[in-house]
Amino acid sequence: MSYRTDVSARPKRRSMQDYVASAVRSIPPSGIRRFFDLVASSKDIISLGVGEPDFVTPWHIRDAAVVSLERGWTTYTPNAGLPELREAIAEYLYREFECLYDPAKEIIVTVGGSEAIDLALRALVEPGDEVLIPEPCYVAYHPLTVLGGGVPVGVETTADDRFKLRPEKLEAAITPRSKILLMCYPSNPTGGIMTYEDLLPIARIAQQYDLIVVSDEIYAELTYGRRHVSIASLPGMKDRTILVSGFSKAFSMTGWRMGYACGHPDLIAAMLKIHQYAVMCAPTMSQIAALDALKHGMEEKARMVESYNQRRRLFIRGLREIGLECHEPEGAFYAFPSIRKTGMTSEEFCQRLLTEARVAAVPGHVFGRGGEGFIRCSYARSVEELTEALERMGKFLESCKMM
Amino acid sequence: MNELKVKILELLKEDARLPAERIAVMLDVPEEQVKQAIREMEADKVIVKYATVVNWSRVDEEKVTALIEVQITPERGRGFDAIAERIYLHPEVKSVYLMSGAYDLLVEVEGRNLKEVAAFVSGKLSPIDRVLSTKTHFILKKYKQDGIIFEDRQDDRRMAVTP
Repeated sequence: MSYRTDVSARPKRRSMQDYVASAVRSIPPSGIRRFFDLVASSKDIISLGVGEPDFVTPWHIRDAAVVSLERGWTTYTPNAGLPELREAIAEYLYREFECLYDPAKEIIVTVGGSEAIDLALRALVEPGDEVLIPEPCYVAYHPLTVLGGGVPVGVETTADDRFKLRPEKLEAAITPRSKILLMCYPSNPTGGIMTYEDLLPIARIAQQYDLIVVSDEIYAELTYGRRHVSIASLPGMKDRTILVSGFSKAFSMTGWRMGYACGHPDLIAAMLKIHQYAVMCAPTMSQIAALDALKHGMEEKARMVESYNQRRRLFIRGLREIGLECHEPEGAFYAFPSIRKTGMTSEEFCQRLLTEARVAAVPGHVFGRGGEGFIRCSYARSVEELTEALERMGKFLESCKMM
Repeated sequence: MNELKVKILELLKEDARLPAERIAVMLDVPEEQVKQAIREMEADKVIVKYATVVNWSRVDEEKVTALIEVQITPERGRGFDAIAERIYLHPEVKSVYLMSGAYDLLVEVEGRNLKEVAAFVSGKLSPIDRVLSTKTHFILKKYKQDGIIFEDRQDDRRMAVTP
């Protein structure tokens, strides 16, 4: 068979779209993106839709990066990240969360926590494997699972349970193809957390059904009233868990794209293989900055956490005062109040809130099952803005009642 | 000073108009406790005044400020305090600091114009007995004062909606 006939036998592609791989085509564009366009084209909006800290990265961290650039440290680092940084991460995770990892073999520095999740899924998922995902959840989990060849399986969590993952619900979703539990606590978007007692039965199920837990703990430092517990620190869970975290939220370093993953050496080695071919290494100046954050950033971090906590109390109280039911979020910087009593869908509510009250919140349905009927509000805004937003929301709710 | 008072001060430093009721919610303590702490700090002169930070360059009113380095001979038994008092009692004087280094007092003086400030220095400050010398520096522009930046800045560079 000649090359020429081979080509002509291929189906004709009519538009450029036809060149795009079908898996990519199958993924719907992010619901948040659509909403972003809407907000960006409006004026005088107070946006509670921002999923990042409102602090600029502490000065000393920025300075460390600047100094590294002045010195000309602009080369690659080892694929897994600077050895000093991995050592500092190991020390930090042990001190803060009692998770013990060998910096030489069990830690990889990634381009944000996002890359770490992508790597974990790509390294572990075989076509058709099911990935269990507690919902509402971060918007990237489903698409990344699909791109990795897996099948996302939502596991519902509810406001009555303060959006904790419950063992009955998890167990009911398990099939012979279940391989991974991908969860995020403290949770974006709900602010829910999992305590040691909450995690115990989940760990038992993971062991019983031979699941690997990919635990996105990017908000681990932002808990209020009690310290975060990693599922990796539970008996028998270290080897079964890929702990994903990073610097974005705790140290206000979103734009630096600094994350990491920790786990069994074999799993980390597999992730490293993809990482080294896909991105070589995380940006050097960001790694230097991250190292400085771990060395000198604890005081600033504590100050920022205290500030979130103050605003959290203010905002939750305010939501309840204007009549929106809201479970007590114990982590991250999100409130996830119910808007069901307005009779609107969350999409409709957010759209009207935006145009009529000039406040932007993210409709809950974009975070998957169980998100409908809720809205995500970030309280990482100034006290004045939060107060003004609450006032506008209150008036809006009043006007809804009158109609 | 207890932790609650420090936290209250930090909040009031950011916004002196923050009501006690809101502070109470933010710090998760009873409102009465916040009010009591504020009353105590007012009585102890920890909280001296609830003033407004004004950017006078935005106001259509002529105003110049000078920082004056003053060298003095301290008085036997009373050190610098008596002379400092003689200086700070003048209403034109906005602040007075005792300094280490090449001079003794740093005096901030406000006037409607250059001439007025010059008149104060030559007419009132220099003639004081123990004042040895003065060096006057006029402020051309205030960029930042008491931790507050005066320039218009867009510090929140976040996108309006992110996941």
